[in-house]
Amino acid sequence: MKSKVKLEKKVGLNFQDLILTLSHFWVKQGCVLQQPYDTEVGAGTMHPETFLRVLGSGGYRVAYVQPSRRPADGRYGENPNRLYKHSQFQVILKPSPADVQDIYLKSLAAIGLNLKEHDIRFEEDNWESPTLGAWGIGWQVLLDGLEITQFTYFQQSGGVDLDPISVELTYGLERICAFLQGVESVYDLRWSDDKSYGDIRLAEEQQFSEYSFDRSDAKAIRSEFELHEKQAKELLEGWPKAQEKERVRYPLLAAYDHCLKCSHLFNLMDARGVISTTERAALMARVRAVACRTAQSYLEQISGTRELAVRS
Amino acid sequence: MKRSVKKAEERRAELLLEIGCEEIPAGMLPRAEEELRSGIEKLLTAENMADCVSVETYSAPRRLTAWVRGLRTKQADLVSEVTGPPKSVAYDAVGAPTRAAVSFAEKQGVALHDVYCIQTQKGEYLAAKQIKRGRSTEQILLDILPRVIHDIYWPKTMTWTGLSGARFIRPVRWLVGIFDGKPLKFKFAELTGGTETAGHRFLGASRIRVKSFADYEKKLRANGVIVRASARREKVEKELAALAKKGSYKVHEDAELLKLVSYLSEYPTVIEGKFDPAFLSLPDEILITVMRGHQKYFAVEKRGGDLAPNFLAVINLDKDPKGLTRVGHEKVLRARFADARFFWESDQKCRLADYLPKLERVTYESRLGSYKDKVERMRAIARWLAEQWFNLGLVQAHVAEADRATELAKCDLATEMVREFTELQGVVGGLYAKSQGEPEEVADAIYDHYLPVGLDDPVPRNLTGCAVAIADKLDSVAGCFAVGVVPSGSSDPFALRRAALGIVKIVLEKKLPLSLSLAVSQALKVLLTHAPKKSVTPEQEAQILDFLRDRARYVFREKDGFEYDEVNAVFRAGADDLVDARKRLEALRAIRKSKNFEPLTVSFKRIRKILEKAGKQAEGVHIQTDLFEGDAERTLFASMRKAGPKVEEQKRAGHYKEALEVIASLRPEVDRFFEQVMVMAENEAVKKNRLALLSELLREFSTIADFSELGGEGKN
Repeated sequence: MKSKVKLEKKVGLNFQDLILTLSHFWVKQGCVLQQPYDTEVGAGTMHPETFLRVLGSGGYRVAYVQPSRRPADGRYGENPNRLYKHSQFQVILKPSPADVQDIYLKSLAAIGLNLKEHDIRFEEDNWESPTLGAWGIGWQVLLDGLEITQFTYFQQSGGVDLDPISVELTYGLERICAFLQGVESVYDLRWSDDKSYGDIRLAEEQQFSEYSFDRSDAKAIRSEFELHEKQAKELLEGWPKAQEKERVRYPLLAAYDHCLKCSHLFNLMDARGVISTTERAALMARVRAVACRTAQSYLEQISGTRELAVRS
Repeated sequence: MKRSVKKAEERRAELLLEIGCEEIPAGMLPRAEEELRSGIEKLLTAENMADCVSVETYSAPRRLTAWVRGLRTKQADLVSEVTGPPKSVAYDAVGAPTRAAVSFAEKQGVALHDVYCIQTQKGEYLAAKQIKRGRSTEQILLDILPRVIHDIYWPKTMTWTGLSGARFIRPVRWLVGIFDGKPLKFKFAELTGGTETAGHRFLGASRIRVKSFADYEKKLRANGVIVRASARREKVEKELAALAKKGSYKVHEDAELLKLVSYLSEYPTVIEGKFDPAFLSLPDEILITVMRGHQKYFAVEKRGGDLAPNFLAVINLDKDPKGLTRVGHEKVLRARFADARFFWESDQKCRLADYLPKLERVTYESRLGSYKDKVERMRAIARWLAEQWFNLGLVQAHVAEADRATELAKCDLATEMVREFTELQGVVGGLYAKSQGEPEEVADAIYDHYLPVGLDDPVPRNLTGCAVAIADKLDSVAGCFAVGVVPSGSSDPFALRRAALGIVKIVLEKKLPLSLSLAVSQALKVLLTHAPKKSVTPEQEAQILDFLRDRARYVFREKDGFEYDEVNAVFRAGADDLVDARKRLEALRAIRKSKNFEPLTVSFKRIRKILEKAGKQAEGVHIQTDLFEGDAERTLFASMRKAGPKVEEQKRAGHYKEALEVIASLRPEVDRFFEQVMVMAENEAVKKNRLALLSELLREFSTIADFSELGGEGKN
C-alpha cells in the first residue's frame, strides 16, 4: 500500500507528536515516563507498571505507551477502525488526586482540542479484566460520541483490594489521532511528516491477522499455554519456601511474565476459534488464579514480610 | 404520655443540600433522587421535625440536590408526664408526703412541690412533668445529613481514597449546605458543607457562591446547569419537535431514551446530523439499535414511516456553532453503520442454518449443554405443540414450519451482528431468514420468538412463532428446574419467571388450547430422551407445574381482575387449560352475584366440613334410595340426578355459565335438606347413606369450580 499522506494539509498532531505531547504533559504532572512492556499484552493494564504498581501503599505516577495485541480484533488490515494491535497511552496516578478529571481534561486541551467546541462526556463504564482479577469503577470518555479514553478508579488488582486507590487513564491513541487529523481510516493517519500509519503498520496487521485466524498451530499454542502456566505455578509455589536472603531476588516478576504469556496464548486460541464457551471460562479462571497468586506474593515481597495480612 | 409544646407562628426556614460528584451514571439518578428525598423525610420524622415540611430533590450528572422548606429552626421541646406511686401510698393520713413521694420526686429530678396528682383509671396517682429540650435544627441537620448521604442505595459503590474512606457511586468532590441562610458545615467523605457549588464543566464557573435554593437554581442556570430533570426533558422535547418540524420528519418514539438523555447532560441541546442514505438499505431495526444503543441518538422517520437519513443527538453543550460536534457524531455513526453493514454482509456469506453446528460451542447452562442441545429439545416440543393444535382444529398450526423455525431460531447467537448487538437476538435471525428466502411464516417466527419480554409486550404474531416461543420457554423452565436452578427471591439468572409468564401470556392472548400438565410432562419427556437426558422426580414435576400455575394466577388476578378465591376455586376444580380456566372464571364472576349462588357456596362449604369431619365413613358407600327417610332427601337426590347430566352437557359444550346456573338452581333442595335432615343420624346405615349423598353432590358439582374455596372461610 502506498502512502496516502497529503503533505500540504496538516490538520491535527502527527501520531508520534501525539505521543510526545501526552508524554510531556504527564511528565510535568510528575509521572515517570516508562517504556512499553516487552512481552505481548492485551492492554496497558497488564504492564507490571500498572498491574503490580497499584498494589501496596506507596505513591507512584507513571505514563507509557503500550502496544496492545488483541488477535480476535484483527481484520487483515482491511477495516479502517479495527486492529490486531493498537496503541494505548497509559497513565497511573497513585493515589488518585481530587482534581484528576480536570487534569485529564487539560491533557485533551494540550493535544489541541478546544473543550468548549466539543461534546465531552463521562459515560458510565466499569472496567473489568476477568483474567487479571482486576476491576474498577469509572467511565468511558466520549468525544462527540467517540470513545477516546477509559477512565477508571482501580478497586482491585489480582484479587487484592487496593489501598490507596489508583486512577488509570487509558487513551486510545489511534482513535484520538484520527479525530484530530480528521481521517476516516487509521491507515491514513500521518505518523510523522512523511510516513503514514499504513506505511509503518499495515504489513504487521495483515500478517498477524493471517497468522492468528488461519495459520497458528492451535495444538502447539495449547501446549505452550500449559508450559507457561506450569512454570508460573512452580515459581509461585517456591515463594513461601524462599529463605530470608533469597526473598529480594526471588523471581516473582518472571512468574508474572509467564502469566502474561498465558493470557496472550489464550487470546490466540480464542481467535483461532478452538475454545468452547465452557472451556473459555475454565481457561480464564486458570490465568486469573496465577495472576491473583502473583499479586499476593508480590505484595508480600514488597512489604518485606511473609506474614502480611492480605485483604482479599 | 407525650405531647409537643406548640408556639404560635413559629418561623420556618429552608435547607439547601447539594452533593457534588464526578459524573453519576444517568440511569441511576431517578432512583437516587427518590432515595435522597425519602431518606431526609425519614430522618426528619424520627426527629419529630417533619410536620409541614416539604422535601424536593433533583439531580444532574454532577450533583444531587435537596430543597427542604418549612423547617423549624429549633426542635420542639418534648414534654412527658411520668406517673409515680398511688396517692394513697404517697401521702399519709394527715396529707404529709411519705418516703415514696420524696423518692419519686428525687428520681425525677423535680422539687417535691412540683409533683402533682392525676386521675387515672386505677385511681389517683402522683405525677411529675419531664421536659426534654429540643435541639437546634442546625445541630440535628449536622447529625442526620451525613447519614442520609451514606444511606442512599446504589447498585455498586466504590472508594476513591482507600479502604477506610467513604463509599459512594462516584467520588464526591464538594458539598453545599445552607440552612436558614447560613452555611451548614456538615461532613461527609472528608469534605465539609459550604456555600460554593460548581457550574457546568465547560459552560460555567467552577466556583459559584450561593445563598438560597432560588439563588442556586438561578446562578446554576446562568452557569450552564439546569437543575431539574423535568426542565431538561422539556428542553429536549421542544428541540426535538422543532428540528423534526424543520426537517418535515417525525422523531421515532422512544420514551426510555428521552428519559435517559434528560439525565445524561447538565445542559442538553439537540443537534441534527445526517448519514449516507446508502445505509438505509440495512433493516430499520438494525439502524435504530445502532443509533440508540451505543450513541443514544433519536432516529427519525419520513411521512410513510420509513427511516430518514438523519439523526438527532443530545449534546451536553449550549450550541454547536461551527458544527464540529455534529461532524464528530456523524463520523462515529458512519463507522458504526459501516461495522453493522460489514456484519450484515459477512454473516450472510453463509446461510443461517450453517451456524447451527457453531451453537455446539455456545453453552446454555453447563449441565443442560449447549444451545445446539437446547435447539434439539425445543424442536421436539415445538413439533408436539403444533401437532396438538392441528389435531384440535387449528388449521394454521404447521408442524413442518414450526420445526424449521425452531431449528433456525438460535442460529443468530453465533453471528457477528448479535455478538455486537445482543439486544437484537431473534430479530437478526428473522431478518437473515427473510433475506435468504425462508418462508415469511418461518422468518417471522424466528424474529418474534423471544416475545413477550415484559407483561405489556406483544406476543409472537403467528402461531408458528407461538410454538417456537413456548417451546423455548418451556424447555428453559423444565431444564433449569431439573438441574436445580430454581428462582428464589431476587435471584433468577435464567429469567424463568419471565419465561413462565411469557407462556401464560401467549396462551391466553392467542387463546391457544394447551393442557399445562401435558405440556410440562412433554417437556420433561424430551429432556429425558434428548441430551443431556436428565430426569426429574414427581415432586420436581409438580413444582414446575405449580410454578407455571402461579404465573397464571398472577395474570388472572392482576391483569384480568379476578378474585383470589375465584382463581383458587377454578384451579382446585382441576382446570388445566388456561383458556378454559379463564372461561370458567368469567362464568363464575357472572353468576357469583345471583341470589342462589352465594348461599349455595355456603352450603358447599358446610358439606365439605361435614365430610372432612366424617372422615372415611362414606367411602365406597352407594346411595340407596330405600334408606332415605324424608322428602327432603328424596327430592335432593332426584334433582341431583336430573341436574347432573344437564351440567355435564353444558360443561362439555363450554357453556360454563349455563352449567353453573343449573347447579345454582339446586339451592332450594339443598337448603331444605339442611333444614329438615340430620346428617349424623343414629342409624349407621342411614347416616352413611346421607354422607354418600352429600359426597356425590360435592364431587359432581365441583368440577367447574370448587365452591367450597369461595368466600372468606374457604381459604383454610
